[in-house]
Amino acid sequence: MSQTGQSFFNEMLNGSDVRAAYRSLERWHRDMPDELRSLKQHEAEQLFRRVGITFAVYGEGGDPERLIPFDMFPRVFTHEEWRKLDRGIRQRAAALNAFLADVYDRGEIIRAGRIPEHLVTNNEAYEKAAVGFRPPKGVYSHIVGVDLVRTGPDQFYVLEDNCRTPSGVSYMLQNREIMMRMFPQLFLENRIAPVDGYPRLLRKTLASVAPQKCDGEPTVVILTPGQFNSAYYEHSFLADLMGVELVEGKDLFVEGDFCYMRTTEGPRKVDVIYRRVDDAFIDPLCFRPDSMLGVPGLMSVYRSGGVSICSAPGAGVADDKAIYVYVPEMIRFYLGEAPILENVPTWQCANPDDCKYVLENLHELVVKEVHGSGGYGMLVGPKADKSSIEAFAAKIRAKPQNYIAQPTLALSATPTFVDEGIAPRHVDLRPYCLVGDSIELVPGGLTRVALNEGSLVVNSSQGGGVKDTWVLAE
Amino acid sequence: MLSRTADHLFWMMRYLERAETTARLLEVGARSALMPDVSGGYRNDWEAVLQASGGYEDFLSKYGETKQRNIETFLFFDESNPSSVLSCIAAARENARVVRTALTSAAWDALNTAYQELRGMQRMERSTLSISDLSEWTMRACFLVRGAVSATQLRNDGYNFMGVGTSIERADNTARLLDVKYFVLLPSLSYVGSGLDQSQWITLLQAMSADRSVNWSYTGELTSSKIADFLILNRQFPRSLLSAVQWTNDHLDEIARIYGHATQAQAAARSLLGELAELRVDDIFDEGLHEFLNRFMYRNGEVAQRVQDCYLRGIPA
Repeated sequence: MSQTGQSFFNEMLNGSDVRAAYRSLERWHRDMPDELRSLKQHEAEQLFRRVGITFAVYGEGGDPERLIPFDMFPRVFTHEEWRKLDRGIRQRAAALNAFLADVYDRGEIIRAGRIPEHLVTNNEAYEKAAVGFRPPKGVYSHIVGVDLVRTGPDQFYVLEDNCRTPSGVSYMLQNREIMMRMFPQLFLENRIAPVDGYPRLLRKTLASVAPQKCDGEPTVVILTPGQFNSAYYEHSFLADLMGVELVEGKDLFVEGDFCYMRTTEGPRKVDVIYRRVDDAFIDPLCFRPDSMLGVPGLMSVYRSGGVSICSAPGAGVADDKAIYVYVPEMIRFYLGEAPILENVPTWQCANPDDCKYVLENLHELVVKEVHGSGGYGMLVGPKADKSSIEAFAAKIRAKPQNYIAQPTLALSATPTFVDEGIAPRHVDLRPYCLVGDSIELVPGGLTRVALNEGSLVVNSSQGGGVKDTWVLAE
Repeated sequence: MLSRTADHLFWMMRYLERAETTARLLEVGARSALMPDVSGGYRNDWEAVLQASGGYEDFLSKYGETKQRNIETFLFFDESNPSSVLSCIAAARENARVVRTALTSAAWDALNTAYQELRGMQRMERSTLSISDLSEWTMRACFLVRGAVSATQLRNDGYNFMGVGTSIERADNTARLLDVKYFVLLPSLSYVGSGLDQSQWITLLQAMSADRSVNWSYTGELTSSKIADFLILNRQFPRSLLSAVQWTNDHLDEIARIYGHATQAQAAARSLLGELAELRVDDIFDEGLHEFLNRFMYRNGEVAQRVQDCYLRGIPA
């Protein structure tokens, strides 16, 4: 059982017994002949490729349209397990939004001395252009992706929050579609809560934050950087499921107090923009003069209440890795509640004592760049050789404020198909919480799995795959 | 709908039609290379074929000699040739991929499958692929996409922009194919007759899938004016210039009905249709077939330009 040099929790097992939630799946995989399995695996790949679910990787040679490997063995949560996650995620999404509303307003949490001011206002993601403007319903982050890992039957940790434009929800939806199509029997043997309400909820959430100047049914659009973006498929998939236009910057223009899209019948007013572009590419007049992706003048329309932008410009300050440490504090401060989900203990290298500890214990820590993402620019101490540890130590000494460190967690594993049958592989979980005039969460999320034996890195760019994620109905 | 979406749908169908035309051109050239020439040896129409596809200069600078194998590669697989079947199918798919939301999954699936198959063929041993197989495959792939579009797309503005793309490109391509062989139909050879000459226009008709239907439409000896009439002015033949222009008009009228008003695009299309409908084949020969075809391609291009200006730029006309 021990492949990473330490023991870990196998979600299928309780000691040597198969847990009730996994019994039918255990039977299913045992009864499946090898030929059928490879046939189904092939069928799944064909389905993904035919509907065009690929992620684009440009500039690395090879096929620019790659498939994320799909593992057919589902991951299962019981109803009770999910209930706790559900409460914890909603709580976190509420606190993160309260924090954003506060730091762009009076900054009470800073005045109260609960979060150091420089972490907020010196943060790259802190948007001065957003100060003093309250977006509709006071919501900044409308889709909050909370990345969770598990280390034991009852022990979950939040690894990070994603308040800007978390991606991957299309895989949550498609993984389910494909499993239902290939193995309908499993869905009769297990009562699995559906996730297909997500697009409707997303549209409802976006419509609920239409600007005040919008009368009547709001026009919602998704703003994409275009077909060469790695998540382009997801953008078009969501637009299709919601029945809204998928626009690029060049499709939009500002005139007077409003934003319009260019249509075959002339200009049409746009009320809510679900943007899948970074802040820097929203408006070249306000952010980056060299941006070809933005819409000149959009920020001033936004600030005068002519259009809503989701997530709100500046929302990124809440999901920064340096701010992450303070989320439990936010929950206590704004909601007056005890945090339901725990943070991973984190050392901040900006703090000299922490930095000293980190440098002395690099071989057993995971070190991340404060602004990094995608699993790049990180050090996994127990997996690194001496020279790369030393190289990383030099980088930390040069710019300690750029790094945080966490203990190497013994991530849980779930059964995953491998050549010889099934084997435990490490997983994480990203549920997608929607925040508008109410907070909504579909029962499920995206499970990413590190397909390489012993690996803890689940990112698709580095050998990660995906799985269908079940929440059993009550 | 978004102007950009309409633009992509329009061009998706134009590229699809163009892929089919390139395959048809390839078939014309390959068949005529099997025919003995009056002056001895075999006929060689490759130069005319390359000129019709608009890539003659590019071909010469890249390959030099007009050897059949090079031309096959150039017209079918060469991605640096914008009119090759592969380039056109890839461009059609790229346009489709950007506007997936505006296509039914059946339509996308047909086009994407064609593209994947083509990529597969590209990796196959070339000697296992005959020209006829390649051009037949292309036509079948195009029929499947248009069939899926016709069977599943909502009859909305997007559908009609797709239709306009198809008919404008088809009108242009029929004129282009005809222009390759216009000299065969010149009145000086008023009796098409038998023997070697006959094979010239049979090849042309075959490339347009019209070699049998022409016999259903006319009685008596086939003359050059009957063939020209069929390919240009026959309302029953779906690739004739008149049919194609009629469809452009029908789709544009439907767009005007959906939007509640017409634009200069409808006016331009109507004026071209009006002129064609009045024409008799003798008028065309009086003007000169080659001259007529060139003038037609220009006017047809003007209709396309009006469609761009009035609908696909997103600025009210």
